[in-house]
Amino acid sequence: MEIIEEKKNKNKKYEPILDSIPDWPVYQLSRNRKEFLEQVIVKSIERIKSQRTSRKAIIDELEATVYREQNRMKRNRWRVDPPDESQFWTQIKHELVALSAHPDNNSTKEDELLHRIVDRYAHEIAGNFKPSSYRFARSITQFWFARLLNGARVKRFGAFFSNRYTLRVKIHIVGKVKMLRNMARQGTVVMVPTHFSNLDSILIGWVIHSLGLPAFIYGAGLNLFNIKIFAYFMNSLGAYKVDRRKKNVPYLVTLETYSMLALQNGAHSLFFPGGTRSRSGMIEKQLKLGLLGTAIEAQRNLYLEEKTDEKVRKIFIVPVTLNYHFVLEAPDLIEDYLHSKGQDRYLPEQDKYGSLQMIKFLFKFFTKGSNISVSIGSPLDIMGNHVNEAGESLDPQGRVINPRDYFVSNGEVTVDEQRDDQYARMLAAKIVGEYHRINRIFASHLVAFLAFEMWVKRHPKLDLFGLLRLPEEELEINYEEFRSEFKKLRKRIYEMKDENKVYHATHLKGDADVVIRRGIENVGIFHLKRPLLRNKKGNIITQDLTTLYYYHNRLVGYDLEKFIG
Amino acid sequence: MTSKSSSDKPVGVIGAGNFGTAIANILALNRDVILFARDENVVRTIRDTRENRGQRMEANIQPTDDLKWLAESCDVIFPIVPSMHFRSMMKRLAPHLQPYHMLIHGTKGLDVQLPKGETLETVQFLDRRAVKTMSEVVAEESVAIRQGCLAGPNLARELAERQIGATVVASPFQEVIQMGKKLLRNERFMVYENNDLVGVELAGVLKNIIAIASGALSGLGYGENAKGLLVSRGAVEMVYLGRALGGNTKAFLGTAGIGDLVTTCNSPNSRNFTVGYRLAKGESLTEILADMEEVAEGVNTVKIMKKCADHYKVRALITDTLYRVLFEGLTVQEALQYLMRYPLSMDIDFL
Repeated sequence: MEIIEEKKNKNKKYEPILDSIPDWPVYQLSRNRKEFLEQVIVKSIERIKSQRTSRKAIIDELEATVYREQNRMKRNRWRVDPPDESQFWTQIKHELVALSAHPDNNSTKEDELLHRIVDRYAHEIAGNFKPSSYRFARSITQFWFARLLNGARVKRFGAFFSNRYTLRVKIHIVGKVKMLRNMARQGTVVMVPTHFSNLDSILIGWVIHSLGLPAFIYGAGLNLFNIKIFAYFMNSLGAYKVDRRKKNVPYLVTLETYSMLALQNGAHSLFFPGGTRSRSGMIEKQLKLGLLGTAIEAQRNLYLEEKTDEKVRKIFIVPVTLNYHFVLEAPDLIEDYLHSKGQDRYLPEQDKYGSLQMIKFLFKFFTKGSNISVSIGSPLDIMGNHVNEAGESLDPQGRVINPRDYFVSNGEVTVDEQRDDQYARMLAAKIVGEYHRINRIFASHLVAFLAFEMWVKRHPKLDLFGLLRLPEEELEINYEEFRSEFKKLRKRIYEMKDENKVYHATHLKGDADVVIRRGIENVGIFHLKRPLLRNKKGNIITQDLTTLYYYHNRLVGYDLEKFIG
Repeated sequence: MTSKSSSDKPVGVIGAGNFGTAIANILALNRDVILFARDENVVRTIRDTRENRGQRMEANIQPTDDLKWLAESCDVIFPIVPSMHFRSMMKRLAPHLQPYHMLIHGTKGLDVQLPKGETLETVQFLDRRAVKTMSEVVAEESVAIRQGCLAGPNLARELAERQIGATVVASPFQEVIQMGKKLLRNERFMVYENNDLVGVELAGVLKNIIAIASGALSGLGYGENAKGLLVSRGAVEMVYLGRALGGNTKAFLGTAGIGDLVTTCNSPNSRNFTVGYRLAKGESLTEILADMEEVAEGVNTVKIMKKCADHYKVRALITDTLYRVLFEGLTVQEALQYLMRYPLSMDIDFL
């Protein structure tokens, strides 16, 4: 297959903003790990007890927690779970039963049990950043990435050890890089990317490093630690673990507290606010408010603890979109989505991809022409206001405002959890808006969207499921027709770019035939069944309509369908 | 919870119409008030005579035409201006607002932003991207995100006579609701809480449509049976329309919904009622609007909601028919015949 070259990549190398690893906030955090975890435990217990004020309420909560945990162990065990898990919970249960049997003795047994549980969770969540393994992981990644790239691309003997290509060729970083670096110097950055693939964590890790930023702490799904190769990298890169199976209150509170205190201590953080990979392929619309709330709470606490002689460290939210031609897991993700949409049943999280599949994918990725672009959005303050070079918040008219005032009532900073919850909701809406604005449209997204929508228009009587049940052989679009619709849609995207509503890749411009060809060749490039291709007559056909639907979904929400037909 | 410094701060009211003046008087029972009027003559009259729109003004109300000074002096502001001026007022106020400000507005109307060159008559369809409630205008124009609204059976004239009454303060922020209660509550005035800001705003807006219809029925000489029919069917229509625009059913059943609806439909002095009444007596809309001192929000609301109902495919019989009466020359008599013949039998189907 011919590779159509992307416009010359202007990415340059960035100098690190902090000279040495010991200056990094994440290193400071891990060096004081013990004290930090103690802080997390104390604060978490305080927060749990502020919601559950009576002794009985706490015991009820503990019972619910034990019940859920034992249930989880029965139904959904993972390789990464510690071996002593069932022992631990059985022991807690015994002690709880004994406690309930003699409720009137005046002990503080329930506090001790709560402490043990929170302590266990805090240690499980906590990451462990080690400079030595960070450096090792970094150089290993770079070495092998370079080998793969050069081996595949430079067609001469010994090319395998050439350093002509680096990851920079494959990954385009666009957007407000300078602002991001700037804000990371002045304050604490919370990066909030969209989440489409398991590859995202590694990709973002590389981006952060290559932009010269110190390591960020990640909230990485515990399921990823099942894959050993991931576990190794993520442990050393400062990831903390998020277990989505655990929905009990002590766990969720501990998790939030960990994130909040890390932010308060100045550790740059990375959240995937969609919570999980987008199943539908659409840009996330519903964000998890818990973690976003921790950024707001951390900022509020910093203002609350403000000392007159020092400037309060500001927290900046930086939305990021990751744009792919191809998502390895797409066929499974979309199937999950359709299942849950169709019959709303419970779906345990499962990953069918082990280390081997990941390596295979990486190999394909590096050896074939599929580029990724990463759009960095403008840094926002914790209420979603844009900021200037100096990190000052701006109102919609560009006037400087002080975000401290969001927490002020009656002239002073106050604590109001209901207010913070509402702020988290508002921030989430702002982030979703930014995602749509900085999203970078690829030719492959556009052809997928167009082809699917044209089929929708041709079958006005069918609902989504009806359409997806159509045999693929019956679907064919005349190329000329497709081409003229493509041009209309592309024109609309140019207009939207001028209105600052979306971005598009440079490769979208130019001769329509070339761009369509590029799109069709790249959409879902490594799937066994291709979402789009052209038949002998040159017409557009599909081998897998469901996967096409997934790639189509990337452009849902821009009202583009109105411009077709 | 209250620190001394801010308890001493006055409360701002923007807009010295009938309702703004009445609210200023209520607030004045609990706090000093700064009342903004656009017209400096009004400011002077209030200062000199202590009277406005036939209402006696409490002594601790200070009139001004300086928005900046008002914003700097007050943490809590009640904007109460006609919806057609609301956005331009916000544009002038916004540069003086800080995130610590709380805004609780009392305007019952909608804001419409159309593409250039379009009017409400020519535009193909209206949806929620073009039609905004006042709180949404505040959010778009300013940093005052802690905001709420006032709505309920609050006839300005009765408030001015110090009769008993009630209002709803709606806000997603408990803090705002509590502040509103603290400032407005007195022995004659009840304050209820609601967290569905948009729902309560819509209830206040939509009831104006039904008020016009109520006036029309009165103008035709019909009595209480007819009114009972209208109020109940009107409430159902409000729920339909309100839900299509993003409100929850509950908001329409409370003080700001049914409460306000019943009051307005029984109040011959309200502007919307008057429009309907005079229409039924055979006057044309142009004649009626020509000699009204304040805006009848309902007329514009009918125009907007008709287009929205079409776009969202909501059955809105009363609104549709009123639209034809107001703008397409149908007589009130014909409209009533049409409605009475309409085949519908389900009483309530939204609970």
